[in-house]
Amino acid sequence: MTQSLGDASASATRITPGNALRPEDIALAARQGAEQPSEDVAEYALRLGDDALILAQRLGHWISRAPELEEDVALGNIALDQLGHARSFLTYAGSAWGKSEDDLAYFRREPEFRSAHLFEQPNGDFAATIARQFIAANYQFPLYRELTHSGDPMLAAIAAKAVKEVDYHLDHSTQWVLRLAGGTDESRRRMIHGLNLMWPFSGELFQDDALTERLGAAAVLPSSLRAEFDRSTAEVLAEAELDVPPLPMATGGGRLGRHSEHLGYLLAEMQVLAREFPGASW
Amino acid sequence: MEQDSQSAQDTAGQENFDAIIAKDSRIEPRDWMPDAYRRSLVRQISQHAHSEIIGMQPEANWITRAPSLKRKSILMAKVQDEAGHGLYLYSAAETLGTPRDEMMDALVAGKARYSSIFNYPAVTWADMGAIGWMVDGAAICNQVPLCRASYGPYGRAMVRVCKEESFHQRQGFEILLELANGTPEQRAMAQDAVNRWYAPSLMMFGPPDDDSPNSKQSMAWNIKRFSNDELRNRFVGMLVEQVKVLGLTLPDDQIGFNAETGKWEHGPLDWEEFKEVLVGRGPCNAQRLERRRSAHEEGAWVREAAAAYADKQAAKHAQKDAA
Repeated sequence: MTQSLGDASASATRITPGNALRPEDIALAARQGAEQPSEDVAEYALRLGDDALILAQRLGHWISRAPELEEDVALGNIALDQLGHARSFLTYAGSAWGKSEDDLAYFRREPEFRSAHLFEQPNGDFAATIARQFIAANYQFPLYRELTHSGDPMLAAIAAKAVKEVDYHLDHSTQWVLRLAGGTDESRRRMIHGLNLMWPFSGELFQDDALTERLGAAAVLPSSLRAEFDRSTAEVLAEAELDVPPLPMATGGGRLGRHSEHLGYLLAEMQVLAREFPGASW
Repeated sequence: MEQDSQSAQDTAGQENFDAIIAKDSRIEPRDWMPDAYRRSLVRQISQHAHSEIIGMQPEANWITRAPSLKRKSILMAKVQDEAGHGLYLYSAAETLGTPRDEMMDALVAGKARYSSIFNYPAVTWADMGAIGWMVDGAAICNQVPLCRASYGPYGRAMVRVCKEESFHQRQGFEILLELANGTPEQRAMAQDAVNRWYAPSLMMFGPPDDDSPNSKQSMAWNIKRFSNDELRNRFVGMLVEQVKVLGLTLPDDQIGFNAETGKWEHGPLDWEEFKEVLVGRGPCNAQRLERRRSAHEEGAWVREAAAAYADKQAAKHAQKDAA
């Protein structure tokens, strides 16, 4: 074990079976001279990575606090999947700038994060978390499915792994929306409240900007996902006998580094130890 | 009459049970078993399950602050495994006729015990290493022999639990190794964690053999295979070798190999402290229980919703079938 020090390929994570693409593989490919992403592709990967990272951080808080042991496992699993996607996207983005996934996660300041506001929304109660998951999965599933056709082979490869996992996240959140809406009066009231809290942040996910327009076939144009999102969420809400919340959309701004009041606290907690020992290896 | 036939069944059952134990074979859920055997297993398996569930807390405390994304990912996977272990173990205990809700209620009511090691706080990142290496290491020493426990569902659950625990121990060792080879501050953090977790991890094996009331019967039933002191000594021998690789030290200058007995020996342990923590006067007992209680109580409406939904769906299907 002593020789394994600092060698990702011999680490404890190595026992994970399967041929799945791992962030260590992406970092290794970059070190071995694989083609670097363009500045635009890197910026785009940063957005996707930040969305997943911030969501994973939020979900990680539930582990040991969930309403049922099965949900400790399920929410933990979803958090792990999101963290895995984040690590891959951030590693790839960082390869354009000579930065590691950890440089990007731990040593950027709040305005340098590119995540959309939805992902940093506080967990609230279980219904609010499920509402956030419901919006996130209905956005990420078609996004990753389309990204598997990206002109950028690495983005396509990361998306190919992620889409299979997000498919389960979609099912998990759908099942809970139905159960909470159709369970008791209290659960229905809470589900409606959770959806009202989160729904205004769905608009930002589908905003195009100069970057996504420039990227063309390498990326998925956010606005192109809107119709499917509206249809797939409306179907589930109809089955749950819930209305699509008739609420105005929030302004957003996450892609430009303008965040809500919540992200600062999240980053303070996430980054505290790494920043206490800059340059240390863990 | 009825009583006679019941006692005849019991006699036949006891003979069959004794024969299975004598052959060192397995008791299965539908087999007759003595009430005391059933009670003892429910107590042991549910305590074990509770330990997994409460044991999630000190580590979950560091998930949001893990210092690298790789470590965060490993830690999440580990704590998630622990929830899974709790689930298998509650299921194994349920095969003995005690519902999970009942065991959970006993836990949150403060009536059930769990391993008292989890009443110590995890205050630095190095504690993630020490818990993995020492606490999970001690758990493995305890649990590997339990894979051969006479009660089938328990033994089989332990096979899977032990495989995952072995990954947990290696990741803990790797955390300490990385810290021990890191900056002077990291190295000091690692040594401090080893110092704090050493004695509590040795006490995880339970009181000394001459003060362990349940051990003898448990060994006669082939549930327990080795005594507390035997397992503890074996564990000390393991730590002694591995701590050299880490380049750290154990806070015990009386560790030595006794060539006569062929066993490792260690310095005295503070059994008064052990008893204090066990009865609820440890550093984190109240906090651990409160956290479990609040998760349970705050989640009640979710569980009620899921049950109500299932009932409504069942009624809907029944109506459709009738029509």
